[in-house]
Amino acid sequence: MEMTTRKLLTIVTEAAIEDTLVRELEQLGARGYTITDARGKGSGGKRDATWGPHANIRIEVLCDVATAQSICAALRERYSDNYAMVLYVGDVDVLRPLKF
Amino acid sequence: MMSSFEPVILFFVLGALAGFVRSDLKIPGVLYESLSIFLLLAIGLKGGVELARYPLSDLALPALVVVAVGALIPLIAYPVLHLVGRLPRADAGSIAGHYGSVSVVTFAVGATYLARLGETTEGYMVVFLVLLEFPALVIGVLLARRGESNTPWKQVLHEVFVGKSIVLLLGGLVIGWMAGAGGIAPLDRLFFDLFKGVLAFFLLEMGLVVARRFGELRRAGIFLIAFAVFMPLVGAGLGLLTGWWLGLSVGGITLLATLYASASYIAAPAAMRIAVPQANPALSIGAALGITFPFNLIVGIPLYHRLAQSLHPLGV
Repeated sequence: MEMTTRKLLTIVTEAAIEDTLVRELEQLGARGYTITDARGKGSGGKRDATWGPHANIRIEVLCDVATAQSICAALRERYSDNYAMVLYVGDVDVLRPLKF
Repeated sequence: MMSSFEPVILFFVLGALAGFVRSDLKIPGVLYESLSIFLLLAIGLKGGVELARYPLSDLALPALVVVAVGALIPLIAYPVLHLVGRLPRADAGSIAGHYGSVSVVTFAVGATYLARLGETTEGYMVVFLVLLEFPALVIGVLLARRGESNTPWKQVLHEVFVGKSIVLLLGGLVIGWMAGAGGIAPLDRLFFDLFKGVLAFFLLEMGLVVARRFGELRRAGIFLIAFAVFMPLVGAGLGLLTGWWLGLSVGGITLLATLYASASYIAAPAAMRIAVPQANPALSIGAALGITFPFNLIVGIPLYHRLAQSLHPLGV
């Protein structure tokens, strides 16, 4: 089966900014995304998701290299100073590249 | 046992103890959400049923006075936080907004406390609860972002006005008002009889949250801890005088003092996180939830009630 390489961009951040962020991702060219509730610990302390303001989400976006780069640049500039945010990008193989 | 002690508060204490000893007790997030939806709707409904007994036009002037005096709270809090506490503008504005806004659960505990003592209250207090939620948030954002042009107002106002607490409180209020006591009667068992039990569950969870976040208070510093006790007393003082001037009952004066004394820790953090990203949420939530909330529950409400009792007979 033929596979094509795309970028998998993962953002772990505060649930409080979900709506804002999703709007931004779509404007930056993401065609879709998957959001899951998340909890864990990082430099900002423990985020145990037991209560609204302490809840985290993980957003995954499959996209091409250019979109991944523009999303990273935009989020870094606008969010990473003031919000708990971890961002990482990896290569993944996908079956239907036209979707992403 | 102390006759004035409200037993439902013991659930908060239990939650806090469980949190401090690191028990594995955990209220699932969906249950927390369900409990808060229930509480908000029930409070709205109860207010609506009571509201149906009064002509709405009688309420316009008191409502205006209550909102206007309420707007003073963030305006008093901000200079104290910024000039005395030397907090950055963003933090001072955000915390001022939290303290100007109100806590629904503190209000519910106050109402439960008064009901247990047989003290009647004006049913329309719930209208004040709804009206006091948002003006202070807008004032807080304005204070925090003076001179900045890029405030996302559209999003902030959306968060403030159609947030779940306003939708449910206002929705319950309208449903209760339209249906009246008779119409709501079939729902009484669910919404009114079970209210105190659900409140107990909710307070258990709040105790857990407070205990788990207690460490953050150390970062807040002594100034903020003092502020979190001083500010509710100032708010309560304003509430006592305003309630007395408006000619409210002892119960009404107590509840207005409780509203002004309380600080929002659900609606405000959500709005401030979007509106004032530079503000550190650990400071505002630590003060509002970690100190002011338990202070009002345990010390404040009985104190405001006693003061209202001595103020009320003086006559305006």
